[in-house]
Amino acid sequence: MAAKSSLKNMLLCLSLVCLCCSALLAGTYALTLEPIKAAAQAKTNAAIAEVLPPFEGNPSLSEVQFSGASYSYYRAEGAGYAIISNTTGFGGTLSIMVGITEDGTVHNTKVLSHSETPGLGAKCETDTRFIQQFSGLDPAATRLVVSKDGGDIDAITASTITSRAYTLAVANAVEAYKVITGGKDNE
Amino acid sequence: MSKWSLITNGLVKNNPTFVLVLGMCPTLATTTSAMNGLEMGLATMFVLILSNIFISLIAPAVPDKVRIPVYIVVIATFVTLLQLLMQAFVPDVYNTLGLFIPLIVVNCIVLGRAEAFANKNGVADSALDGIGIGIGFTLSLTVIGIVREILGSGSIFGWKFIPGDGILAFVMAPGAFLVLGYLMVLFNKYLAKK
Repeated sequence: MAAKSSLKNMLLCLSLVCLCCSALLAGTYALTLEPIKAAAQAKTNAAIAEVLPPFEGNPSLSEVQFSGASYSYYRAEGAGYAIISNTTGFGGTLSIMVGITEDGTVHNTKVLSHSETPGLGAKCETDTRFIQQFSGLDPAATRLVVSKDGGDIDAITASTITSRAYTLAVANAVEAYKVITGGKDNE
Repeated sequence: MSKWSLITNGLVKNNPTFVLVLGMCPTLATTTSAMNGLEMGLATMFVLILSNIFISLIAPAVPDKVRIPVYIVVIATFVTLLQLLMQAFVPDVYNTLGLFIPLIVVNCIVLGRAEAFANKNGVADSALDGIGIGIGFTLSLTVIGIVREILGSGSIFGWKFIPGDGILAFVMAPGAFLVLGYLMVLFNKYLAKK
């Protein structure tokens, strides 16, 4: 079984094992670097394609700042902007992507990540009746607040806080869009 | 011990979840659906088999006093390897299991098998033990996942057969404990009868 311990063989053994393991990991890291990048890129592109009308070429990433928060967004030439908007939901950060076309209408929205309660707030990802309210929505003609607070958006049953967060995220994205386009759509 | 009993041992008599009650953290947290349970089980099995093989190879040369750090380094290496590979080739699975993949490092089953089996046995036996325990763990997690998915979401492996919502508690943490507890009772009753 195990060899007798002495300072020398303990040192030697640990160093050797660590060396081999690091070499193995370094190799794997180098091999998987490209596929991991490609997978992340593919995921972002898929999300952008879902929230914007069909477009060609690769969307470019930029950032915009307003009222103390910064928003990342992708500019898809000829289609519009895909803006990533984060708000605080019931269980933590709710991150959604909002696609806004060139004429300022919200084309579609998609949840990127959330930590809402399964079966309740988590429905914001699947509840088509709720999500579709934001498809093809004209921000100028809609009050982007849930109906409980006097707005035009019907909340998901029993998930008012999540619905509020989602609606606020869309509203923030619309504001961000106005800043990006230099306020020319702002009246 | 015959080769076959090495595998069945992990399935029934030494079932990691229902008998040894090891690795409860991923068991409770990732089994919200049958698919998640299955994927988590397979990921753990991958690490278990590789670390068992590798540790049984190096065990004779490892000084007694540093064996635990050496085992942990080996296990952590395989877990990181798995993590990188999953991120690269099955990003969707990686996103669902997320944090629980790196946590395989501290899963008691993996270190437990290294300590209790792999460092005393040959390479082939250790590999078989890894396969047996791995299958046992995978099956247990899948069964818990199936029960929780049926009760909580009204579906099996994503195939919905009851419209509407299930009993939400079963998708959340309390349901995990309940299902695990009842399955453990049934499993041990079955073992006692034999």
